Amino acid sequence: MSAVLEIEGLRKTYRSRKRGVRHALDGFDMRVEAGQVHGFLGPNGSGKTTTLRTLLGLIRPNGGRMAILGQELPQALPAVAGQVGAIVESPQFFPHFSARDTLGLLAQAGELPRQRVDEVLELVGLRDRAGERVKTYSLGMKQRLAVASALLKNPKLLILDEPANGLDPGGIREMRTLMRDLAAAGMTVVLSSHILGEIQLICDSVTIISLGRRVAFGPVDEVLAAHSQGAVRVRLEAVTDLPQAAETLTRAGIRVAAEPDHLMLAGVDKPATVSRVLAEQGLYVSELTPVAVDLESVFLELTATAPVPGQHRQVDQSTKVGEPGSGATTGGWGA
Amino acid sequence: MSLYVTELRRLSKRRVTRLLLVLLLLGLATVATAFSFSSHQLSKETVAAAQVESEAQYQRALEDWKKTVADCDAAKARGDQDTEERYGPNCGRDWQPQREMFDPKWNLPYQFDFRAEFPMFIAVFAGAVALFAFIVGASYVGAEWSTGGMMNLLLWRPKRLAVLGTKLAALLTTVLGVSVVLGAFWTLAFWLIGRYRGTTAKVTAGVWQSIGLDGLRAVGLVLAVGAVAFALASLGRHTAMALGAAVALFAISEIGIRIAVAVLSVPFGERYVLSTYAQSWFMKQVELFDYDTCQFAKGACEPAKLVVTWQQSALVFGVGAAAVLIGAFWSMRRRDIA
Repeated sequence: MSAVLEIEGLRKTYRSRKRGVRHALDGFDMRVEAGQVHGFLGPNGSGKTTTLRTLLGLIRPNGGRMAILGQELPQALPAVAGQVGAIVESPQFFPHFSARDTLGLLAQAGELPRQRVDEVLELVGLRDRAGERVKTYSLGMKQRLAVASALLKNPKLLILDEPANGLDPGGIREMRTLMRDLAAAGMTVVLSSHILGEIQLICDSVTIISLGRRVAFGPVDEVLAAHSQGAVRVRLEAVTDLPQAAETLTRAGIRVAAEPDHLMLAGVDKPATVSRVLAEQGLYVSELTPVAVDLESVFLELTATAPVPGQHRQVDQSTKVGEPGSGATTGGWGA
Repeated sequence: MSLYVTELRRLSKRRVTRLLLVLLLLGLATVATAFSFSSHQLSKETVAAAQVESEAQYQRALEDWKKTVADCDAAKARGDQDTEERYGPNCGRDWQPQREMFDPKWNLPYQFDFRAEFPMFIAVFAGAVALFAFIVGASYVGAEWSTGGMMNLLLWRPKRLAVLGTKLAALLTTVLGVSVVLGAFWTLAFWLIGRYRGTTAKVTAGVWQSIGLDGLRAVGLVLAVGAVAFALASLGRHTAMALGAAVALFAISEIGIRIAVAVLSVPFGERYVLSTYAQSWFMKQVELFDYDTCQFAKGACEPAKLVVTWQQSALVFGVGAAAVLIGAFWSMRRRDIA
């Protein structure tokens, strides 16, 4: 499969007299195959938007390589810009123009036919409100307009930063369907979002970034499988037997976390082993359930951003691959 | 070309542009209309009446003078000692009113003289249109930056200098169009005021040529102001940057420097004040005098003189505008767009 988007070793450094040097992107890599819906995930301040802005020529990188549709950036950006539709961060439009004027001006600047404006307005559900000023729009409507502006060029690569932000549940579902339809029609979609359930539903593959470096990438199911860690939930017929069961399993080399009414096991290759080991000690299980991981838990684990009771995590407190003490470099999906 | 046409359309659709254009039209129309009422065409009867009135004033003054001299002589004859204090030396005989002191013009109502006075109204026009150009120029690009419009456009046309240059070209074209069209109407309005409510005497081809050159300088200033406002707002990425810079420049030049040169007794201190160059731009030249070089105790004095020409003004404004524009384009090329 050919790559529509390739980033290798991308670096962006901000220098400030007050705050010193900050590496927003620190050798970041990314690859998106043609026709995929690709999720781009990362905690706040991890470098997602910086990556997208750099890719789109809004920010000048300090190093690394970028290519879109096989053409090297930023040199070829004017040539490929017509094939890339993008929304970066929150939708921003001139508030006193109507949606139709806004898109009409963009279409004129891009030398696109006028009827394309009506097509995309229909597509995002703004047809009947297209004549109203943007300042009267809700956040969700502005978001729809932003998606419409990105779709206007009928691009080969669509980059959407938080497209579901502000959308109502119906709108989120419509957006999901739209993404899938666009991908089915051959468009490659890069989707940055914090709604990880949506990403899991929509995306074929993901890249997870933390502190400017890639911490995981690949097809969604493979990323999930790689981080499932063989978690199993165990309940016994008698709750009072839980301490003895925990001791037995620990002796058998299984990582155990005791909960009030059950045990959570990690690193279990075969759940049947658990049943056998406990039965040998006269302990009988009433429930033995492999726990499926979701993208959210994998994300929180990989980026080390899970909330800790009593602690207030700061935005730059997340996993940095390659740093001493970082667990994210292990496994097949580390950068 | 499509981007240029788009930008022309965007600028003309903007509410600020439309509102300010209406205000500019209303303002200019009000000035012209009010002025047309204050000017009166002089008929032969009006001139004759003024001559009669000034002759009468002269005769009254002459009678008063004769009476005063007679009173003084009578007082002297009575032996009064203070006649010199009350009537002046020689009973004021040296102060006899002269006929030329009673010019009939003073009794005439105001009459607009197109040839003599229209150049001043070109400056008034230029000031009003320059204000329009400043606000429209600053808000056009300032709002684009602050609302994210510039970023959106750069996603479509990722050529920063070409985008900024096209926007500047669209602004200058619009301002030039407004200046030329309104300037033509302004000239026509004052020509008509002169024709029907004043005088258009002695308006030769040379006068029209001079008016044309004044108009060109006015348009040049308007375009420079628009370009500088655009560049300042683009540098600061906000409309307020241009407005703030204008207020700061005014305060520094017109208040700070004036006070400083007065305190330090700098010879020809006004040559450091921007408004001197604006004045000389319109009036072709401004003469500055240094009275500190005079020693009045030794008699009449011809103070030292410095002439500021419109060419010097062109240099000052041209270099200033070019510097700000270069800064704006350099910033557009180098800075990240967040």
